[in-house]
Amino acid sequence: MATQTTTMPGQITPATNGLLLPAFTLWWREIVRFYRQRSRVIGVIASPVLFWLVIGSGFGTSFRSGGAAGQEHYLDYFYPGALIMIVLFTSIFTMMSVIEDRKEGFLLSVLVAPVPRSSIVLGKVLGGTTLSTIQGLIFLVFAPLVGVHLSASDFLLVALTVFLVSFSLTALGFAIAWPMDSTQAFHAIINLFLIPLWLLSGALFPLAGASGWIRLLMRINPLTYGVEALRNLLHPASPAVFPLPASMATLVLFSLFMFSLAFVMVNRRTTKPAA
Amino acid sequence: MASKVPAYEELNSEPDVASAPFVISVRDIVHRYDGRTALDGVSFAVHRAELFGLLGPNGSGKTTLFRILSTLMVPTGGEAVVMGFDAAKDPDALRRQIGVVFQAQSIDAKLTAYENLWHQGHLYGLHGRPLKSRIMEILARVGLADRAKERVETFSGGMQRRIELAKGLLHHPSVLLLDEPTTGLDPGARRDLWQYLRILRDQEQVSVIVTTHLMEEAERCDRLAILHEGKLVALGTPAELKHEIGGDVILIEAYNPESLADRIRIRFKVQVTVMDNKIRLERENGHHFITDVVEAFPGEIQAISVSKPTLEDVFIHRTGHRFWSEAQKAEPRTS
Repeated sequence: MATQTTTMPGQITPATNGLLLPAFTLWWREIVRFYRQRSRVIGVIASPVLFWLVIGSGFGTSFRSGGAAGQEHYLDYFYPGALIMIVLFTSIFTMMSVIEDRKEGFLLSVLVAPVPRSSIVLGKVLGGTTLSTIQGLIFLVFAPLVGVHLSASDFLLVALTVFLVSFSLTALGFAIAWPMDSTQAFHAIINLFLIPLWLLSGALFPLAGASGWIRLLMRINPLTYGVEALRNLLHPASPAVFPLPASMATLVLFSLFMFSLAFVMVNRRTTKPAA
Repeated sequence: MASKVPAYEELNSEPDVASAPFVISVRDIVHRYDGRTALDGVSFAVHRAELFGLLGPNGSGKTTLFRILSTLMVPTGGEAVVMGFDAAKDPDALRRQIGVVFQAQSIDAKLTAYENLWHQGHLYGLHGRPLKSRIMEILARVGLADRAKERVETFSGGMQRRIELAKGLLHHPSVLLLDEPTTGLDPGARRDLWQYLRILRDQEQVSVIVTTHLMEEAERCDRLAILHEGKLVALGTPAELKHEIGGDVILIEAYNPESLADRIRIRFKVQVTVMDNKIRLERENGHHFITDVVEAFPGEIQAISVSKPTLEDVFIHRTGHRFWSEAQKAEPRTS
């Protein structure tokens, strides 16, 4: 019985592999890789700033003067949607790293390690979530420009919303990226999903004013609840369709669902070549 | 032993290494996908502290076998057991026992050597101070301790391979699996790698399984399994395998090989084959035979050679095919 240990002097018997240590190390790698690639860092910081410059100077004022949406400035209306858009793109595109890891061979060495598959999902998804939450919060720095001044507790709720939206979308990105072998295919699929998902989230036009079937699509779009929650928190005065707790609960459910989906994808051990 | 009565589960979860002398046993493995049979009933076993080679041209099924042993793929039939754990039923327990070095690079070029191993250690449940000292130990072992803090992207191909090896060995595996480990290495680095594999076998009793398509590498293994079109065509030590050829291998170049082959067959009552416009036959006392055949057919022979059998001859002998005929065309990975 003791053969194994006696013949292997100095063998380090690993403790039962938890979920968290491998997840932590995969998360850590995502972050380190991110800040070692300067262009990505610049992109994450610059894109919200650029976005603000464009909508703030052109788009914003033209709507403001028209005053089409009654008393409400369109820029105010648009702000939560813009925040969601930034989070949406960053979240999903960070998971392109899944395809790169597979191509570079890195993923193989993770797959042959005695690591619970759920911690692979957790580590990668939390890595992407961290990056896109940071980007969302950078965008939030400009909130005072549209007359939003948040209390500390509201800010935490906004951050939580951004986190939940990031997490669920990153998990979605992971599930889509997992079986793919080329980043081009990923782009194609993502564009098919991403734009409609955003357009029908209440980011551009309100749910209340939409017609029958569009309204139905908007109601089943999980992003709608992210936009709603943010609108609730950022503009408490404007009427919201769903109460905040309902929106948040929906986001939590959506996150869990997406994580499970990603988990199912990873757990398929097949008789096909793995990578 | 008698002082403590182990629980039934404990008894059962221990790999049955003591009673079975084999570290790996592969029984009647079949693997089919997309209507193709990659492996067709392969069986063999690997001993403790053995350098075992899986030799075969590309497409012979050796990479499929490698993937099954490293738990990346579930075979469609048969079983592969490593250190007592079934690859299909108990992959996580098996994964603890093996270190895997892939043909393609698996290290992260954006991380330093130390960081790559730190990351790897975490995946195997190692952490803190023991992990730190193990990393420095293994880096010293592969001769890269002084480059620990440098990013892997600045390393040469040979150094990156050494980090790959360190990565595979970090958690003290009982079995080390390497897929075409010398791909892209210069001759010096190749020699170093093989020397290191022998040290591992001798000093740490690690069983090393190497896939290769290179004859000279297969020669260095303790034992070999030769694969061809998903079937095991030969199993044994390189010396044993070559011995079965019986005598020498004679190659004849002629103006009209087909007709000359027929006449040699009739005249000397030997088995003769024609491959790549060369007449090939196996015969004891080849040097006598050469003079006989040249005198028997004067002026018809352009060149004739006699040589001791190589592993390639073993392959030809067993399969009737040249080792390289198909493989050389389809060889995108080796440069």
